Amino acid sequence: MYFPASHLWIIPALPLVAAAIGALVPRSGRALASGAAIASMVAAFFVSCLALHTALADPAAHAAHNFAWFDVGSGAMRLGWLLDPLTAFMCVMVTFVSSLIFIFSLGYMKEDANFKQFFCFLSLFAAAMLGLLVANSLLLLFICWELVGLASYLLIGFWFHKPSAAAAAKKAFITTRIGDLGFLIGLLWLYDSTGSLLFFDGGHGVLEAATLTALTGKTLVCCGLTVSTAIGLLIFCGAVGKSGQFPLHVWLPDAMEGPTPVSALIHAATMVAAGVFLIARVYPLMSADQVLANVPLHALTVVAFIGAITALLGACIAVAQNDIKRILAFSTVSQLGYMMLALGVGSWTAAIFHLLTHAFFKALLFLGAGSVIHAAHHEQDIRRLGGLGAKMKITFATFAIGMMALSGVPFLFSGFWSKEGILHAAHEWDVSHLPLYAGLAAVVLTAFYMTRLMAETFFGKSRSHESGHAHENSAVMTVPLVLLAACAILLSLLAWPSPWLQHQLDPSAHSEPGGISLMVLSIVLVAVGIGSGWAIYGRKPRATEASPDPLETAAPDIIAALAARLGFDELYAATVGRLNSGFASLADFMERWIWGGAVTLLARFGEFTGVVNRETDENTLNGGFDSVSHQIRGTGRAYSRAQTGDAHGYMRFIALGFVVLMLFVMLGGSR
Amino acid sequence: MSQLQLCLVLSSFLFCIGLIGAMARSNTILVLLGVELMLNAANINFIAFWRYGPDHAAGTGILFVLFSIAIAASEAAVGLALVIAVYRHQKNIRLQEANRLKG
Amino acid sequence: MTLALILLSVLILGSAAVAIALRNLIHSALLFVGCWAGIAAFYLWAGAEFVAFAQVLIYVGAVSMVVLFAVLLTRQGNELEPVKDDSFNRFIRALIAGGSVAGVLLGAILGTPMDVNTASPAPTMTVRELGARLMGPHAAALLIVGVLLTVALLGAVVLAAVDRSDQPEDAP
Repeated sequence: MYFPASHLWIIPALPLVAAAIGALVPRSGRALASGAAIASMVAAFFVSCLALHTALADPAAHAAHNFAWFDVGSGAMRLGWLLDPLTAFMCVMVTFVSSLIFIFSLGYMKEDANFKQFFCFLSLFAAAMLGLLVANSLLLLFICWELVGLASYLLIGFWFHKPSAAAAAKKAFITTRIGDLGFLIGLLWLYDSTGSLLFFDGGHGVLEAATLTALTGKTLVCCGLTVSTAIGLLIFCGAVGKSGQFPLHVWLPDAMEGPTPVSALIHAATMVAAGVFLIARVYPLMSADQVLANVPLHALTVVAFIGAITALLGACIAVAQNDIKRILAFSTVSQLGYMMLALGVGSWTAAIFHLLTHAFFKALLFLGAGSVIHAAHHEQDIRRLGGLGAKMKITFATFAIGMMALSGVPFLFSGFWSKEGILHAAHEWDVSHLPLYAGLAAVVLTAFYMTRLMAETFFGKSRSHESGHAHENSAVMTVPLVLLAACAILLSLLAWPSPWLQHQLDPSAHSEPGGISLMVLSIVLVAVGIGSGWAIYGRKPRATEASPDPLETAAPDIIAALAARLGFDELYAATVGRLNSGFASLADFMERWIWGGAVTLLARFGEFTGVVNRETDENTLNGGFDSVSHQIRGTGRAYSRAQTGDAHGYMRFIALGFVVLMLFVMLGGSR
Repeated sequence: MSQLQLCLVLSSFLFCIGLIGAMARSNTILVLLGVELMLNAANINFIAFWRYGPDHAAGTGILFVLFSIAIAASEAAVGLALVIAVYRHQKNIRLQEANRLKG
Repeated sequence: MTLALILLSVLILGSAAVAIALRNLIHSALLFVGCWAGIAAFYLWAGAEFVAFAQVLIYVGAVSMVVLFAVLLTRQGNELEPVKDDSFNRFIRALIAGGSVAGVLLGAILGTPMDVNTASPAPTMTVRELGARLMGPHAAALLIVGVLLTVALLGAVVLAAVDRSDQPEDAP
């Protein structure tokens, strides 16, 4: 069945309608709001499948449908929809994962008083993300991008009565805004230098060869960068903010303050995926400067190194966290670093493949964590959990699958294949091998901290009252887990026995099988990570919640530093905050002494003339005026009776006076 | 009835709605909003006469409306600040009670 | 064209009238937003795109926010009180005065022959031309508006600022 690109708007419109329904029904309309949200998401999933079917018929084509949004004078601002395999795969993933998360939320948020608002926000979130995916214009993408930011703000701060949640929402919003400023500047610059923001426009779009050649031809005055590099880096700023890359990763772990389904949605399907998707979407622009050998900096090199730093940093910090959701959050930071790394080393197909597989198993892990938290009465500290494996068998089994997929346990799990693709691409990169080493180190750490999480949460015996009374959740929460777990395994088929997905995404790319030696190396590393994790945490489970962490006793300084997240929050408070207040005091000084001084001088002068004036006045002119002013005062008193203080009355008088005047003019005119 | 006349009828009705609101309601905020409506009605008139007038290129109507919007915005800002100041003094914003300066 | 105009008029007038009549200030502020958006649509209909954007930005965006803030800041403790404030007497007098203004205006409009060419296409004025006019013949006015806005901003701040020494009884 053929699905035209001009009808792509249906996909984001469906959840948007659900959000509108959710906004309009009264607070008691819980069933209607949640039903509309889930139904629209499932419908959007089927439409996306149809779109995918169409896109795969001709993977190389970029079917675009453009239209004029509004005319400004002679020019027009044009937007459009774009259907290609990248969009279609992402849409299918987002709608599928979101549907399951929505269903899971039915159970998780059951007792919440603002249940219907929650579904309204969730639908808005999904709608914004889907709009971002189908956009064929950087402007439309930016609009949806900001809507995603807004919805995430609403959802992270959903429990706004908790001060930490309100602060986290604010932090997420402001931090991403810093990146978005770069994005906006890049967007304006791009519009200024090309006159278009459409991606594909029959040869005139910004991602098409003619425009890119023109952009790479221009060189900036300073630094010798080409314009395309500068614009690419500015756009990358937006992706850094949204995808939680170093140095703007600080908001992502705090975003855990939202309800767990929101965390799953942010970390898996929508928010953070947006940044990776953006770079993959504008990949031709990002890589346009690759054809020039003599520029000082390629945009993608920056992307690769930022990704490598983020991957390693996130994995390191995750080792020392104790909150089940925070561990997963830092693992998301680390995995996003992998994706950026893959983009940077030139394999955007590997990045998107990892994005897809990661979406499934990270949603699975978060929903599993949500299931644990829900069962253990909102206990999130893994030191106080423990022994849940026997009580929550389905959650345990599915969580284990997710953990193995994330760690990259070989062959059976999708995470292995996508990670392998990234490592392979990093190996092939001829600029530097540092990102590869960072990636390999992160493989060990990922396996290690995930094993620790499993061992602490599900093995041993329960270490607190809450986890002792945990029991398995209802089917509405476990069925999504099972479905996601199945997907976490089945998605391996996209890459094995042949890299089918990557070929569909980019038919022009030559795909050779990955090197056997690299694969063996990464399998060994995974084994080392899991083995050491089990040796430290699994063999001898923690006895009570207070018993010390084996690693902490071994290297207390390092673990404490990592647990404090390497002090990034404090660093920002000390530098950015200081800088801001420094500028404020400087402005204050200028105001008080320089401008204020000038004003005071003027005032003194005015005072002096006033004194001179008064002297002449009192001594010469006064006498005659006194009697006149006495009479005027009398008249004034008489008139002031009319000032009743009733403003309405004044207005009525004005209106009636106007009527009389008009009548006078009209009747006078007819004479 | 020509389209110009329709526009003018629209604007005069809007003006009168604003006027009645300003005269009938006691809440100062609503009175201010009524005044805003009257300004908007005047703007509609300007645009209508520009649209059907003889000299489009001069754009006088549009320019006038732009200035008028700027003035309306400052009026709203100052007016609402006044409302807040009044509220602070008399603990309510009933216009008929803000008559301390009467003669 | 005429049909669109009539529909727009119904939207504008309806929301304005209901907004003026409502008791709940938040609802009426929201309806005002609808009314202003309708007016912006009217500007679009008349071909004045830039003015429409200005209307959306300033009224739908900024003024509505200021109004909502004012409403929230001056929220009175007992929500039922405003009911008896709006005296019926004043309403009747307002209706009479406003109605007579409407009558006079309608009479003036209908009594004046206005034979304009309704079929003429909507004129366009590009933003570039508009900017040239603003910066050219109307530059002085533009400057004065800038000064006015600054003064209004400062005045609003001064008016709304709390002067602690003014009201010792307010101190907690």
